[in-house]
Amino acid sequence: MAEVTYEHVTKRFAQDAPLAVDDFDLKIPDKEFLVLVGPSGCGKSTTLRLLAGLEEITEGKIYIGDRLINDIPAKDRDIAMVFQSYALYPHMNVYDNMAFGLSLRKIPKDEIRERVNDAAQILGIEELLKRKPRALSGGQRQRVALGRAIVRKPSVFLFDEPLSNLDAKLRVQTRAEITKLHERLGTTFIYVTHDQTEAMTMATRIVVQHRGAIRQVGSPQELYDRPRNLFVAGFIGSPAMNLFDTVVEGEGDSMRLHATEDFTLPVPPEKRPELEPYRGKKVIMGIRPENIHDAGFQPPDIRTATCGCEVDVTEMMGNEVNVYLKVKDHSFLARVDPRTSARPGQPLQVVFDIDRLHAFDPETEEAIGLPAAEVKADRNGGLAVSGETAA
Amino acid sequence: MASLPKTSDRPPTVLVTWLKWLGSRGMVHVALISLMILWSIPTLVMLISSFRDPSDIASSGWWNVFANPFDFTIENYRNVLDARGMWQSFLNSLVITIPATLLPILVASFAAYAFAWMRFPGRNALFLLVVALLVVPLQMTLIPVLRLYVDLTPGAELPSFDLPVLGGTIGGGKLFGVNSFVGLWVAHTAYGLPFAVFLLRNFFGALPRDLFESAYLDGASDLTIFFRIVLPLSGPVIAALVIFQFLWVWQDLLVALVLLGDPDLSPMMLTITNLVGSHGTQYQLLTAASFISMIVPLGIFFALQRYFVQGILAGSVKG
Repeated sequence: MAEVTYEHVTKRFAQDAPLAVDDFDLKIPDKEFLVLVGPSGCGKSTTLRLLAGLEEITEGKIYIGDRLINDIPAKDRDIAMVFQSYALYPHMNVYDNMAFGLSLRKIPKDEIRERVNDAAQILGIEELLKRKPRALSGGQRQRVALGRAIVRKPSVFLFDEPLSNLDAKLRVQTRAEITKLHERLGTTFIYVTHDQTEAMTMATRIVVQHRGAIRQVGSPQELYDRPRNLFVAGFIGSPAMNLFDTVVEGEGDSMRLHATEDFTLPVPPEKRPELEPYRGKKVIMGIRPENIHDAGFQPPDIRTATCGCEVDVTEMMGNEVNVYLKVKDHSFLARVDPRTSARPGQPLQVVFDIDRLHAFDPETEEAIGLPAAEVKADRNGGLAVSGETAA
Repeated sequence: MASLPKTSDRPPTVLVTWLKWLGSRGMVHVALISLMILWSIPTLVMLISSFRDPSDIASSGWWNVFANPFDFTIENYRNVLDARGMWQSFLNSLVITIPATLLPILVASFAAYAFAWMRFPGRNALFLLVVALLVVPLQMTLIPVLRLYVDLTPGAELPSFDLPVLGGTIGGGKLFGVNSFVGLWVAHTAYGLPFAVFLLRNFFGALPRDLFESAYLDGASDLTIFFRIVLPLSGPVIAALVIFQFLWVWQDLLVALVLLGDPDLSPMMLTITNLVGSHGTQYQLLTAASFISMIVPLGIFFALQRYFVQGILAGSVKG
């Protein structure tokens, strides 16, 4: 049970190499399930390994509780780690794998047996204790790896992409089990993954990392609804957010985001003050695929802008249809009602939920204000009001 | 309406099946078996000759034994083991070979672990140096080593023990240097190290990194990791090395010839060579002695051959 504090932590693998971890500064409260997410090579695993003691910190400090751990060897940091490859000792049976760390710490045999049996019971692997790792399935190995961490009763659990080697079905199942385990153990979990679905489903807080630096920290919902920059907007959400190069035109009620002649969206009133400085300049406009609807099946009570497009490809998902649309050079994706009449090559009228528009500065790539719906909610403390605005 | 079975429905005759087999895999088998017989003949001849009377060897070819198969004698073996000191040499060979096999593997596995998994300055340069030693011919080092050994030879002697039932003695000779078992062990260790370090480092290096990190987080020191994780996982490669090094030392003539002058300490290879020199060509003794010298390596090879192949693959393919 401990909070973890990263204080301006930096890691450089070689003198001239780029920073692997760039000024990582974060406080992780006790009992939090923190997920570090980002594309391959973004430094998320290195950030975790710095805490584990498997890499040396170049600059900055890391604390577990009040204890500065920079110079404390890994084995004394009171952490346990689950590896992507499980890293089970192939020549030892499951019991010995779980007991290895405890016996090295000179814990009495009786207590070791008790702890291993408890962990085995929690994970439902009691009948596997005598088996060697090679006689186990991927999912069972994963459980043993979890068990090996549990028996240590560490104050922080570290996970380095533990589900990447499992098949899709087992991954979903294990995801839920790890969440349950977190509730049951009430310990700080720090979890690294490149899979944003895992991040969204398991985390109490997510850190999006890119090129070693933190791009945004927040709850899954916060990251989804209010991405603070272009990178987070593109990374969180699947399928990804549609992004368009536009120019801010007009002022007051006629302010609009102009992509092409046929594709221009009005700016909702709440967002106008923020976009005012950008008049006549370029901004990147973003909208999530589920905020674009087939005009025939649009939800009630939303402010919309209509646009005529051509359907490129459709993907039936059962509960919805992914429709790839084209307007001149712009192509984008909408997730629409499965009753849609969209057919490849045919025209389709779609409506944009303009309260859900995101805008980004093309130079700094930072978000310009919040989506209008959030601004309204913030100001009025209520839901968005409907009202149709034609494009 | 009944109909005759078509030709293709009839079960194929034995001859057809056999011809098909001969056409597909049979030729390979035939070729392999012929090669095997061809290669085994010299050894077989040696074995047969070692059981024949000297006068028979001189007067008729080895194939004549098939005419009267029970005309064998074990007199040659008795003669070689007792009168020619071959039994003592056999013991000496064991005294030389067993430590000279275990020592380099122990030292090399420590070194290989360090080269593979410990971070220290100059690691790669040192490893390169060790591998570079593989190309130094052993013969080039003999004179410098001999001169060094002569200087280092102390007056003190290694104790020797008489074997009660089997006969012969174990031990003896100087404590180090020339005419010393310890000196010979050290020499063989040094000659064997480069290859052993090279093979083991590649094997250890191919073990997954996560395993080491996991053990490290579990609180294991390098020594614990080495003895409890690395060694148990390295069975095949170590078995392969045992075979290599054992055969190399057991069959060594040159190093023993240079460093051991005392006939009481001679290993088998040296004694067999002297057998040729001092008594002319006595085939019956030579063949018997050679066969005795083959028994131990054959036993080792058959016991560990499974690992031998695995070990070679592990070293070369993964590394």
